[in-house]
Amino acid sequence: MSMYEAGDYQTQHTLETFGFLPKLTPEEIQEQIAYILANGWSPAIEHEDPRRATDHYWTMWKLPFFGETNLQSVLDELEACRRSYPDHHIRLLGYDSYAQTQGHSFVVFEGR
Amino acid sequence: MAANTYQAGVKEYRDKYWTPDYVPLDTDLLACFKVTGQPDVPREEVAAAVAAESSTGTWSTVWSELLTDLEFYKGRAYRIEDVPGDSESFYAFIAYPLDLFEEGSITNVLTSLVGNVFGFKALKHLRLEDIRFPIAYIKTCMGPPGGIQVERDRLNKYGRPLLGATIKPKLGLSAKNYGRAVYECLRGGLDLTKDDENVNSQPFMRWRDRFEFVGEAIQKAQQETGERKGHYLNVTAPDPEQMYERAEFAKEVGSPIIMHDFLTGGFTANTGLAKWCRKNGMLLHIHRAMHAVIDRHPKHGIHYRVLAKCLRLSGGDQLHTGTVVGKLEGDRNSTLGFVDQLRESFIPEDRSRGNFFDQDWGSIPGVFAVASGGIHVWHMPALVAIFGDDSCLQFGGGTQGHPWGNAAGAAANRVALEACVKARNQGREIEKEARDILTDASKTSPELAIALETWKEIKFEFETVDKLDVG
Repeated sequence: MSMYEAGDYQTQHTLETFGFLPKLTPEEIQEQIAYILANGWSPAIEHEDPRRATDHYWTMWKLPFFGETNLQSVLDELEACRRSYPDHHIRLLGYDSYAQTQGHSFVVFEGR
Repeated sequence: MAANTYQAGVKEYRDKYWTPDYVPLDTDLLACFKVTGQPDVPREEVAAAVAAESSTGTWSTVWSELLTDLEFYKGRAYRIEDVPGDSESFYAFIAYPLDLFEEGSITNVLTSLVGNVFGFKALKHLRLEDIRFPIAYIKTCMGPPGGIQVERDRLNKYGRPLLGATIKPKLGLSAKNYGRAVYECLRGGLDLTKDDENVNSQPFMRWRDRFEFVGEAIQKAQQETGERKGHYLNVTAPDPEQMYERAEFAKEVGSPIIMHDFLTGGFTANTGLAKWCRKNGMLLHIHRAMHAVIDRHPKHGIHYRVLAKCLRLSGGDQLHTGTVVGKLEGDRNSTLGFVDQLRESFIPEDRSRGNFFDQDWGSIPGVFAVASGGIHVWHMPALVAIFGDDSCLQFGGGTQGHPWGNAAGAAANRVALEACVKARNQGREIEKEARDILTDASKTSPELAIALETWKEIKFEFETVDKLDVG
């Protein structure tokens, strides 16, 4: 490939894990929730105004759902959060209490 | 107590240092050596000699031994085992009392265990295979400045391996051009970039200039991408004073992480730097130049699992482990064995992974395993499967050799990494389905499509020189 054929790579504003993948389909979102539950992690939802997306802390939606095993309940809470904050980024995380960190975290809905 | 009497002369080591009935204490430091003696010397005598020469013994009896209680201080050879598939060598297990070692000093432990004894004439070869550090000793070491959990929180990276690259060419770039290469990698989607190990402060690029430009590259990439970024600024220096001066300035320019070469720099320097990092809220990336000199020969030297354990105690948040699949030496099970030693809090004895002892790490934080060297995007599924999330995957040539340049190369690797993580979480077998996963992901990423095309023919398939001992 000659250098004149090279593409122009434009910097993207991304939101960490899965930020470089196409938007997840509803089915793919469910698969990732299932992964969190299968690991025994506690699902938790956070939302934030996109202008403050780079802060460590986003606002919590209720409390983490400790002991939750039902995928549909997590989906329902994600929807409820989106209805309340349609303009906000909404991310789902899985708290791993053994490692004392988040086993997973990805943005489910992007606000604008 | 019966008084000993002094008799000058040379004794057989095994009279004093071969103690097959000894039951090791929980506080003993245990070592396993692979020993290859000179022909016709009995195994017990050779094992006892290793125990003696690495602890209290010397070649001749001396009168001043009687001023102390050597029974309390001596190392003991307590077990001998065959090496599977090798009739020439054997394993010698030696127990050392805790009081032989200064608290928190890996330097002191190694000076004892792998000191003069390695030049001992009764031995053809000697290799330190493993050390069991007692929890009592571990509690005297600080360990990683941050560790895996702290690093994830500071860098805001969850649910996936970290993605990095070593800036190329290794040597010869000016500071400003070097910062350009860093900026391009980071804006393209890498989390971290790395100084090459031999980049210190040469005439073509003095460290202060490099730190300033790299600092600007990090800040700009963070602002534009919205993600947290870092670059391992190498503070390995001619002397500790300059090392600390560089570390201070790295903090000043806003890098969250610095870098050190623990073997060429030495354990004393490394432990000091790790403590500085803990005190200053900085992360520490550890490179391992010189390790293959020490660990590659299957019968002589020190196995890398020992060096990795020593580093976890001395301090570092990331340590190179080899890639298993790339251009550098590394057996898969053996690598996983010492990767466990870096990351887990308890590792049971498992000879199939080369771990000779149960090892309890207590509250010492975990260390990220760094896979770096000759890897490219086609290796991504295997790397994610082998190393899991608590790793840093570094593609140097595999990022910067992309036909569109560093940023596109970085994006290609980031897309591939996230596609593999997503597929793994879905329950797919990513090593088997590697081609499908990467090809699918490339449909929405022209950068990945070109990377897949560029590196489709590159393989590094040579036999591993240092294999686990199996019959």
